[in-house]
Amino acid sequence: MWNWEFAMSVLPKLLSVIHITIITTILAFFLALILGLLLALGRRTRLKPLAWAVALATEFIRSTPLLIQLYFLYFALPVYGIHFSALTIGVLGLGIHYSTYLSEVYRSGIEAVSKGQWEAATALNFSRWKTWTKIILPQAIRPITPVLGNYLIVMFKETPLLSTITVVEMMATAKMIGAASFRYVEAFTIVGLLFLLLSYPSALLVRRLEARISLK
Amino acid sequence: MNTDAGAGFLAPLMSGAGMTAQIFAYSAVLTIVIAFLAGFGRMSKYAPIRIATAVYVEFFRGTSLMIQLFWLFFALPLLGLELTPLAAGLVALAFNYGAYGSEIVRSSIQAVPKGQVEAAIALNMTPFQRMKKIVLPQAVAMMLPAFGNLLIELLKGTSLVSLITLADLTFKGMLLRTFDISSTPQILGLVLIMYFVMAAVLTLGVRLLEKLVTAGRA
Repeated sequence: MWNWEFAMSVLPKLLSVIHITIITTILAFFLALILGLLLALGRRTRLKPLAWAVALATEFIRSTPLLIQLYFLYFALPVYGIHFSALTIGVLGLGIHYSTYLSEVYRSGIEAVSKGQWEAATALNFSRWKTWTKIILPQAIRPITPVLGNYLIVMFKETPLLSTITVVEMMATAKMIGAASFRYVEAFTIVGLLFLLLSYPSALLVRRLEARISLK
Repeated sequence: MNTDAGAGFLAPLMSGAGMTAQIFAYSAVLTIVIAFLAGFGRMSKYAPIRIATAVYVEFFRGTSLMIQLFWLFFALPLLGLELTPLAAGLVALAFNYGAYGSEIVRSSIQAVPKGQVEAAIALNMTPFQRMKKIVLPQAVAMMLPAFGNLLIELLKGTSLVSLITLADLTFKGMLLRTFDISSTPQILGLVLIMYFVMAAVLTLGVRLLEKLVTAGRA
């Protein structure tokens, strides 16, 4: 049965690690933003073998479970003598996994930039670097910002998975509370509500952003 | 990696893959059923049904699969309802992905041009006939690519049931590595490849289905 007193006693413990969840999400998101762009550009390179390799790697990472990718990074890398902290692995795993999603988002943004923009850049004798940074990317990224925002929320919701590789975030804390007291109801319910409390308003915010961008 | 060891890993992993395929098949059917029910529910003319389905969808999309799974498996028994691991896994998977699927159903049905419905009304079709003969065939064709992606996500999501003691591919892989820690990279690498193959088969299947459904259409 639900026990309010117990719920109130575990709430501070869960709130005390909420920053781990948030920091991990933000670090992983930035990693995914950068890596995703590199993957999107890698698929467009004129070196065909490289483009295929990037496409295959993207497809592979995107269609296999994040859980096992985390296990792989956490349990398999040490066999080769590579050691990272659980938190680092968590950020790497989450970031790499979602970079493959973001690369698709970037790709759709880049493909939506009209051909005339490329031709104008060529006509104005822009270098490749300048064409990308001054003409193409600014126009490609603006319309996709709401989609990127959605992925930020998706990644936030995936962080409980990191508890499986011993990152002590909210889910892991809830599991510890449950294991110690045999009272799982309060801790798990509160974690769920905290996620809902953070993700739902963020989702509404992204929807508003979407509406504003599509108006202009 | 020597091939003998590789073959030794393959047999137990294959039995795990069978379990994964089974869980995937059951939860896929349930997901699609829930997606349609909730998708129609959100377009219902009765406000209570609309609100109830909206709450369900936002709730399941706002928290994550792992929390839902753990809640059903660890917390629910304390409230007096004990589910078997398989039942808890299927319910969590189906309700989670069903919530996402309901948005696919709703947006596809709403994307069918209004003139189609008006024409059906002009032809004196009943609401049921309109949906069955005019709207759904067009909407389903639009849904398929998105449902294909959703099913890939579902397949990946099934790996979480290993956390509630179901002996799926992930579970078998993690069990196998405890006997031979030094082979962890090979075992987990193989597990990843097996998921990739299943996802590829699924993608091909959905593409075939798309061709079938859109056959003879522009």
